[in-house]
Amino acid sequence: MRFLVFVEHHEGKLQKDSLGVLAKAASLGDVEAVVLGQGVQELAADAGRFGAQRVYVMDDVLLDRPLPQPRVDALETLLADNGFDAVLFAATVLSADIAAALAARLGAGLNYDLTDLVVEGDTLVGKRPALGDSVYVDVGWTSEPRLALIRSGTFEAQETGGSAEVVPFESRFQDFSLAATMVEQAHEESEGPSIEDADVIVAGGRGLGGPEGFQQVEELAKALGGAVAATRAVVDAGWYPYSAQIGQTGKVVSPKLYVALGISGAIQHKVGMQSSNVIVSINKDANAPIFEFSDLGVVGDVHEIVPKLTELLNARKS
Amino acid sequence: MKIAVCAKYVPEANANRRIDASTKRLDRSGEGALNPFDANAVEEALKARDASGDGEVVIVSVGPERALEAMRRALAMGADRVVLVSDDGAAGSDLVATSRVLAAALERESANLVLFGQQANDSDGAVLWAAVAERLQLPLISQVAELTLEDGKLRGKRQTEYGYDVIEAPLPAVVAVSDAINEPRYPSLKGIMGAKKKPQDTLSLEDLAVDAGEAGEAGSRTTVEALNDPPARGDTIKIDDDGSGAQKIVDFLAEKKAL
Repeated sequence: MRFLVFVEHHEGKLQKDSLGVLAKAASLGDVEAVVLGQGVQELAADAGRFGAQRVYVMDDVLLDRPLPQPRVDALETLLADNGFDAVLFAATVLSADIAAALAARLGAGLNYDLTDLVVEGDTLVGKRPALGDSVYVDVGWTSEPRLALIRSGTFEAQETGGSAEVVPFESRFQDFSLAATMVEQAHEESEGPSIEDADVIVAGGRGLGGPEGFQQVEELAKALGGAVAATRAVVDAGWYPYSAQIGQTGKVVSPKLYVALGISGAIQHKVGMQSSNVIVSINKDANAPIFEFSDLGVVGDVHEIVPKLTELLNARKS
Repeated sequence: MKIAVCAKYVPEANANRRIDASTKRLDRSGEGALNPFDANAVEEALKARDASGDGEVVIVSVGPERALEAMRRALAMGADRVVLVSDDGAAGSDLVATSRVLAAALERESANLVLFGQQANDSDGAVLWAAVAERLQLPLISQVAELTLEDGKLRGKRQTEYGYDVIEAPLPAVVAVSDAINEPRYPSLKGIMGAKKKPQDTLSLEDLAVDAGEAGEAGSRTTVEALNDPPARGDTIKIDDDGSGAQKIVDFLAEKKAL
């Protein structure tokens, strides 16, 4: 089976999850990569070290900013001349939009949120957790190329030390694809302590009720000797800085202890912390998905339990 | 300003959700509701309509006939009317087929702005807007946490893996909002009473000139082959806090040698 992997990049680096998907595809068949951007020729060649036999590169000023629609045009052009069986994307905000728009453009099937791929004969089977990961669905495609979005953090990148043939290509753009423009582009924030190396993380979500709720989180984190983290919802709401965000569009962590306070446990958050060693959660909603992947779940009010917990831990230390 | 909000009919949040083993589709026999994430899109649409002084908010949905009742929540919040595409031939549609049907319904409306919520809470799908924008050939901005509309264009601030981007696009455009963008209002009693009287149209695939082969399973390009149990994981100890919750956490952490 012949795979094309869309390899994303940011600030001069190939994105880790894309390289993980590249490694997975290499274990299943022939794998080629595509890199789109401006000034990315050299970067693209790097995909060879991670298992790509060939890398298609489109280097164009109109691909400078990470917007989805011009990339759909480029991929359509590339796919028209090449008989790929499947096109794989590591799920990100950018690639999810590209994959879905490409599906509509080509009338090609897209399966999303996959956590595994298996080749059975000449059939590709995707594995997709559904309904809060309570059931695992085997999904298939009835058209080619098969399009797939892989859940973030699913596959590890593997350096093979190989090298890839770099094949430049060009494409035209549709007018509507160029209508949206990016006036500010996100940059990695480096201020603040790193939560990725912390052994203990205490994270707060919307259930804290407001930004002032983070004071309790900080006090508990101090008592446990840990770092403070937050969910996307509260970061977007301005309660806590983005550098502390856990989840699909934040950091992926695996501390020894993860304490989730007032966090419902949406997939977006789960993928960022599910490999933590011990997970303890407090939430007033007994049906919150977070309880399904916690070791200890306490149904109750964070505002009552957390101050008591901090006090007990501090008393224990002294 | 005419704003179309794409909304989905999903099982009630507290319903015991399951996939029907014979049809391999989500069991929709229980109580249904407006997808909670779509309420953020409705709220944003109402704010934009009211700020522009005139205009209308139309809810566009594809689903079973009884979805109409759930969509009334959006009307009770203040939306002006509902268009529901309801056709047995559209059941079981995947992304390619759903986007075809929804785009056909949206084309009839020619709205200045098409809004989506950030995901469907039943399928966890978070991709439909991009397929719809493609079919309508309109610019797209997703994951928008702050939206500003002025002078025929919009500006959206969105979160990605690296922080915040700001994107501008001319209208008409397709925007998917994040659930952090606003706090959806609760319908007032007056709103609930008035909702039933607002226009509610049900359309068939034929009304939209969508061929049977483009919708439902016939128009889909993906399949569900099998349902499996999830991999086993350690059991969750779940307790109700009766005042001793904090102590129980300390005991648990001590036992796990996590202190």
